[in-house]
Amino acid sequence: MSIIVEARDLTKHYGSDIAVDHLDLTLEKGQIIGLLGPNGSGKTTFIKMINGLLTPTSGMILINGEKPGVNSKKVISYLPERCALPDWMRINDLVKMYCDFFADFNKDKARTMLADLHLDEKKNYKTLSKGNREKVQLILCMAREAELYCLDEPIGGVDPAARDYILRTILQNYNEEAAVLISTHLIQDVESTLDRALFLKEGTLVLNDTVDNIREQRGKSVDALFREVFAC
Amino acid sequence: MWDFTDDKPIYLQLTEQMCLRIANGTYKPGDKFPSVRDIATEAGVNPNTVQRAFAELERSGIVCAQRTAGRFITEDCDMIYKLRENLAKEHADNYLKKMASLGYSRNEAADFLSKVKEEL
Repeated sequence: MSIIVEARDLTKHYGSDIAVDHLDLTLEKGQIIGLLGPNGSGKTTFIKMINGLLTPTSGMILINGEKPGVNSKKVISYLPERCALPDWMRINDLVKMYCDFFADFNKDKARTMLADLHLDEKKNYKTLSKGNREKVQLILCMAREAELYCLDEPIGGVDPAARDYILRTILQNYNEEAAVLISTHLIQDVESTLDRALFLKEGTLVLNDTVDNIREQRGKSVDALFREVFAC
Repeated sequence: MWDFTDDKPIYLQLTEQMCLRIANGTYKPGDKFPSVRDIATEAGVNPNTVQRAFAELERSGIVCAQRTAGRFITEDCDMIYKLRENLAKEHADNYLKKMASLGYSRNEAADFLSKVKEEL
């Protein structure tokens, strides 16, 4: 399988704080990958570097062999941890905006998902509940035909039924030409949908293995292992 | 419904649950098997994991892949009969083990089973 993301000795400092610490990692297409770690372990920093929103202090990050830039933004669909949409727009305006911005945006797919989750396109984004806003953001993100989906905490704020729908949507959209990187604390919910789990601890990678290998070799779920590795 | 426990790899649990469905006739001999995507969405499981479970079933011969047409359940009824018997043996073995932990001998456990059957 071909490599979509490559991090080489990737490091990010905020002043004297080290957020990501000499990370070496490759992500392959055709995989759904869980980026797991406690608060402050560097998950969001790593995702922001993939998206070119932060520059590494040292080391490098490559997307399809290139540094983040115009080409990488064309192929990465990014769901930020917090809302980045203009909140005065209506949902159908947001759909139009995504259509204009991204050549790979599939409008029909977005419309179908909005209808499935009973989101009224005429409504103002601002008037939606927190959970419904998250759903709109995620739909816009998943309706692109991207090569890499970076989902930073995609299911944290939504109800369990919508959570199931979202995970099913991710599975339905799965194809061999795309990778999905999901950062989350809700391991139990995502575990069976993942190929691979990455554990980040204080900016370093402490585990990078497939879910079934972890279960086979340790006789426990990824969720149980996480609780053990990160016990407070 | 597909349910998964924490202690075993998911692909193994998928294989077991698919075997059960073949053994109990939910999927019938010669029937087309659901696609990877169908099972992945239905069970909420990664498509590559489903693929791996299918590979196990193909290796055992219970399911055969036919190039473009998809996967089919074997028409070999003997094989399905044996599969069913093996699964039944596992259950029986578990029963005997649990009864042994209560201090029942094998004969006592068997007698107990007939007694319960009559009472029901």
